[in-house]
Amino acid sequence: MAEFFTSNPLGILLTIVGQVLLIVVPLLVCLAFLLYADRKVWAAVQLRRGPNVVGVFGLLQSFADFGKYILKEVVVPAGADKFVFFLAPLMSFVLAMVAWAVIPFNDGWVLSDINVAILYVFAVSSLEVYGVIMGGWASNSKYPFLGSLRSAAQMISYEVSLGLIIIGIVISTGSMNFGDIVAAQDTGYGIFSWYWLPHFPMLFLFLISAHAETNRPPFDLPEAESELVAGYQVEYSSTPFLLFMIGEYVAIVLMCALTTTLFFGGWLSPIPGLPDGFLWFFGKCALVFFIFALTKSVVPRYRYDQLMRIGWKVFLPLSLGWVVLVAFLAKFELFGGAYARWMIGG
Amino acid sequence: MTVAAFSFYLFALCVLAGGLFTVISRNPVHSVLWLILSFLSAAGLFVLLGAEFVAMLLVIVYVGAVAVLFLFVVMMLDVDFAELKAEMAKYMPLALLIGVILLMQFGLAFGSWTEAETAKAARLAVAPTDVQNTAALGLLIYEQYFLVFQLAGMVLLVAMIGAIVLTLRHRPNVKRQNVLHQMWRDPAKAMELKDVKPGQGL
Repeated sequence: MAEFFTSNPLGILLTIVGQVLLIVVPLLVCLAFLLYADRKVWAAVQLRRGPNVVGVFGLLQSFADFGKYILKEVVVPAGADKFVFFLAPLMSFVLAMVAWAVIPFNDGWVLSDINVAILYVFAVSSLEVYGVIMGGWASNSKYPFLGSLRSAAQMISYEVSLGLIIIGIVISTGSMNFGDIVAAQDTGYGIFSWYWLPHFPMLFLFLISAHAETNRPPFDLPEAESELVAGYQVEYSSTPFLLFMIGEYVAIVLMCALTTTLFFGGWLSPIPGLPDGFLWFFGKCALVFFIFALTKSVVPRYRYDQLMRIGWKVFLPLSLGWVVLVAFLAKFELFGGAYARWMIGG
Repeated sequence: MTVAAFSFYLFALCVLAGGLFTVISRNPVHSVLWLILSFLSAAGLFVLLGAEFVAMLLVIVYVGAVAVLFLFVVMMLDVDFAELKAEMAKYMPLALLIGVILLMQFGLAFGSWTEAETAKAARLAVAPTDVQNTAALGLLIYEQYFLVFQLAGMVLLVAMIGAIVLTLRHRPNVKRQNVLHQMWRDPAKAMELKDVKPGQGL
């Protein structure tokens, strides 16, 4: 029986489908509660109570919302390009999910352990812009189109600095595999051996770029409700809108997982001696998500020209300079080899 | 049929279908979307060849950046494509001629052309075998072909500077934003607070 799942093509296919479900279903369930947490944090900052009616403490609010989204009528605007109109939310949802294939949740707990994992995540997240552009264009309406144009420029701009920051980490590790990157952060000093310390300034740049890349406030210009109503999502209703929203939030959680893996040692325990494990990864992700939620509630929205200026004139030179600096530090193994961890990593 | 063979035919079919629909699709935005499908499938073919680094670069550079700009331009431009389509008949003979010549060249190359046994070995760079292909590529580019690589970079730099020089115009009457000036502006100097008595005004 075990042989069927490891050697027969059909068996392998079934195993993969099972593994995929094992990632997607818990992820979506987690997402429901993260959405709830997001709204609760937001409410707490504004001295409101937030969702508190459905279920105990309003815990089931997201599920009630889910039911509402599914049961509403799908409205297609006249003159919309129907095929692209429905392809866009699907694309946004699928691409956000697909990136999770290479994220390691624990030592060896990864669906696809490929060599270029980090490039893969980067490639998939660079494709996410298509959902937004296609949605905005296919709606055949002014506001969505303006929103999608903004989004395209914004996501491309911040990808550049995101990529350069990742290159710094890759230089330090000598490998693009997430497992190796986490292993390279295990030098025995617990929390102080992770990359956030040697790559300290880049941690902030990464977090800010991640906000911009996922169209999260304060950089939610593509859907700025005060000027563009809801940007590319204006014409969407019901399930297509739900797909857009889930896609957006999954991308945000993915960025949390990336920050955890790249800068906070993934599943490694912060205190030497305590066992490593999945719970650490989960806790760190939740903490980073809390930062995302808090940012949303306390930081006012940027103006578009400010956003572009930060991206191109501040983040790009800084991260480019950092790559050069890290390359030097790694080559000459300065600071006790903190920047050159090829022996323990790759 | 093995999984690899099945994937190959799937990706190859997608590349060809994508290319075909890029040409014959009526809506230019659809054309670009088909082109993207074609790019993605080509990346899949690279993965099947074991060149995962090149595949990911193809997706990041072409699909993630270049095709987005294509889409951008095509969506923004208001071109009358019915008119362009009408002109297509005019260029048909030329296109057919190019097609026929290309086909003949392929026929020559794969039909009757033979090469010396040592030719292939002379062309190939010896790739390091004991490392992953990303590292192997890096070793080849930065050690063996360093100068060629730098030269390619120089060509790109020159092209970029050329494009900027061609499009840069200094317009004298444009108001420019001085960000530092704005940031260092002192509120105390920019505004004045007055205590207005009720019923009197200023």
